[in-house]
Amino acid sequence: MSTATEPSLDATARAREILGVSRLTNSALTTWLHGLPGVDQVGAEARAAGLSTRSIKASSKAWAIDLAISMIDLTTLEGADTHGKVRSLCAKALLPDPTDATTPRPAAVCVYGDMVATARAALGSANVNVAAVATAFPSGRAGLGVKLADTRDAVAAGADEIDMVIDRGAFLSGRYLQVFDEIAAVRSACVRDDGTSAHLKVIMETGELVTYDNVRRASWLAMLAGGDFIKTSTGKISPAATLPVTLVMLEAVRDWREATGEMVGVKPAGGIRTTKDAIRYLVTVNETAGPDWLDPAWFRFGASGLLGDLIMQRQKLTTGAYSGPDYVTID
Amino acid sequence: MPTFEYAPAPESRAVVDIASSYGLFIGGRFVEGHGQAFKTVNPATEETLAEVAEATADDVDAAVRAARTAYTRVWSRMSGADRGKYLFRIARILQERAREFAVLETLDNGKPIKESRDVDIPLAAAHFFYHAGWADKLEYAALGTDPRPLGVVGQVIPWNFPMLMLAWKIAPALAAGNTVVLKPAETTPLTALLFADVLQQADLPPGVVNIVTGAGTTGQAIVDHPGIDKLAFTGSTAVGKMIARSIAGTRKRATLELGGKAANIVFDDAPIDQAVEGIVNGIFFNQGHVCCAGSRLLVQESVAEEVEARLKRRLATLRVGDPMDKNTDVGAINSRRQLDRVSELVAVGEKEGATRWDTGCELPGTGFWFRPTVFTGVSQAHTIAQEEIFGPVLSVLTFRTPAEAVAKANNTPYGLSAGIWTEKGSRILWMADQLRAGVVWANTFNRFDPTSPFGGYKESGYGREGGRHGLEGYVRTGADQ
Repeated sequence: MSTATEPSLDATARAREILGVSRLTNSALTTWLHGLPGVDQVGAEARAAGLSTRSIKASSKAWAIDLAISMIDLTTLEGADTHGKVRSLCAKALLPDPTDATTPRPAAVCVYGDMVATARAALGSANVNVAAVATAFPSGRAGLGVKLADTRDAVAAGADEIDMVIDRGAFLSGRYLQVFDEIAAVRSACVRDDGTSAHLKVIMETGELVTYDNVRRASWLAMLAGGDFIKTSTGKISPAATLPVTLVMLEAVRDWREATGEMVGVKPAGGIRTTKDAIRYLVTVNETAGPDWLDPAWFRFGASGLLGDLIMQRQKLTTGAYSGPDYVTID
Repeated sequence: MPTFEYAPAPESRAVVDIASSYGLFIGGRFVEGHGQAFKTVNPATEETLAEVAEATADDVDAAVRAARTAYTRVWSRMSGADRGKYLFRIARILQERAREFAVLETLDNGKPIKESRDVDIPLAAAHFFYHAGWADKLEYAALGTDPRPLGVVGQVIPWNFPMLMLAWKIAPALAAGNTVVLKPAETTPLTALLFADVLQQADLPPGVVNIVTGAGTTGQAIVDHPGIDKLAFTGSTAVGKMIARSIAGTRKRATLELGGKAANIVFDDAPIDQAVEGIVNGIFFNQGHVCCAGSRLLVQESVAEEVEARLKRRLATLRVGDPMDKNTDVGAINSRRQLDRVSELVAVGEKEGATRWDTGCELPGTGFWFRPTVFTGVSQAHTIAQEEIFGPVLSVLTFRTPAEAVAKANNTPYGLSAGIWTEKGSRILWMADQLRAGVVWANTFNRFDPTSPFGGYKESGYGREGGRHGLEGYVRTGADQ
């Protein structure tokens, strides 16, 4: 049985090797992160806008829509969530379009920790993961003990994936080591009794980090600390996911793979509502990180309303006619 | 697993009517030319688009006389506010008919539709809007006391940005009260001829703008015509020198916007991903048919390998092909002649020992095409580092210190533009001060705006276009009356 501290030590050892330092200190991390090339805001936004002008032909569009559906983390994260609400969201995940059984299922259902068991039961053995937000989501303002307990609780209840938030306060005040240690500790808390581990997505809350330089640094820090995915936002802060932010993150995972050989996933979350939006993101994935990332294992959309629009567009492609919102089930 | 297939998403050419033949636009109407009519082709397909009249010296004389009459009787007497109204009207019509112009420009020139749609035509309209605003405010432009128009202006423009160069030339000339005889390039006359239609639609008084088509001899006839008060030329340095020689000793003034061999300088602290975008935009925008193209990449040696690797990876995603496809990034070379010139210089580059690399992408079977090409291991001594290639070919050189970057950047007979990529603001200012180039871009490249003056040092020409400075070339002031 693995103990909770081992992977954390592993993370530090690995980080020391990657940074080429004998001791992982805050100043070593600062030097490393601040040594990353800067991001020019105007240039990054112009590139994202340029990628938005690509048009996709019909056969690729059908494929892209199905891919986008299979990449969705179908999400409900409200104070008003009930077991009933979560069960109906799960029903939607299992049967996204009752009129067309060939519609793929989303990758996961994303809920608060106390709803994991409900979601797990509702999904049964179906190939839809349960993702839980943890670590005092969305603000992350709690002690480490609480955050770890939050994580372990969700994992014990059957979560396949954990969406943690970083401590933006610590990041913005330059305490990178603290952010690193926290991610590494949560990573350890994702380990189950049988030695397997829940997938860890690291939410950077880019709307609070503000600059693209910060987004790039936070991305590298999260990857260094062992995050399986880097994720833009909680959905509780505006702006949530934007195309340029996602572009910068895709550059980060591309460069990380070049540096270490490891692939890390990317998840934009919040604010992606239409098929057109989703396809723009997929184009950006394709031309930035490359086609290897065009897979639910490496790219996800955190969204709720997006699924409805994708299904509507899918119906349009198969039937040739637009239905309307009443022909797509809500939830 | 299927992959993303973007193409084809072709723009419809139904929006534009191309006549089978065109005359000359003189005195507000189309008249027949007396020279040998010539064909203009679509460089992407080699299909003939139309037959265009050639203006002889007599035709040019008729155009100059029409311009003189319009100048003395109407345009120079009109108030600035009224001239402004016409310019605003032209600008609005250009916007309304933008799609038509974009499609025609792409057909005649070979540039990607996304470029003519998003850059050329909107900027051309912006130039008219901008100068419309100046028409009644010339006295406040700090040009000198009592600014007055020069008279009849002869303008000769190139094929790389046909509509945009037309706007750069005509808008300030008209705003200042001059009348115009303009010659578009022989390979790309169609948008200028469509523009004549806009002038009629705007009810511009006959003769204020005259458009004569033809090749070098027509241009020479304009240059030599005694009724011309000022010449404005954009094109090659060789032709610019000929013009300067031709008008030496006459009262004619000239502004010349000529070639370039710009350095795009990347420091080790540059925002690398955006710098790579800027390098691509600097040299592969408009197939490299840009006088201010960043054709020499000067990269700091400590990051040269990384930049080169990232650049090649990025170039692999460039889509070369049908210019009418909205997903196309790089279109066709404008003419066989230009393709031959590019091929010839690339062969010289290889022979002189530089390492050639290209994307290896597939090219269409008909038309004039050249793969985006990068030369590494280039030094200042190489021909490809000195001569303007005017095609999608980048030469990569390295430097060690800022002073060396400046020395290499300035070590060219040209001096049109330069780019600096660094996150250090103080270095940008120092470099901009040292570089002998008319335009210096910092952390961007190939950005144009009507409010910003554009023009060169040394063999890149003299005079400025755009902005308040651009007006200076179209007025006389004070004692100069």
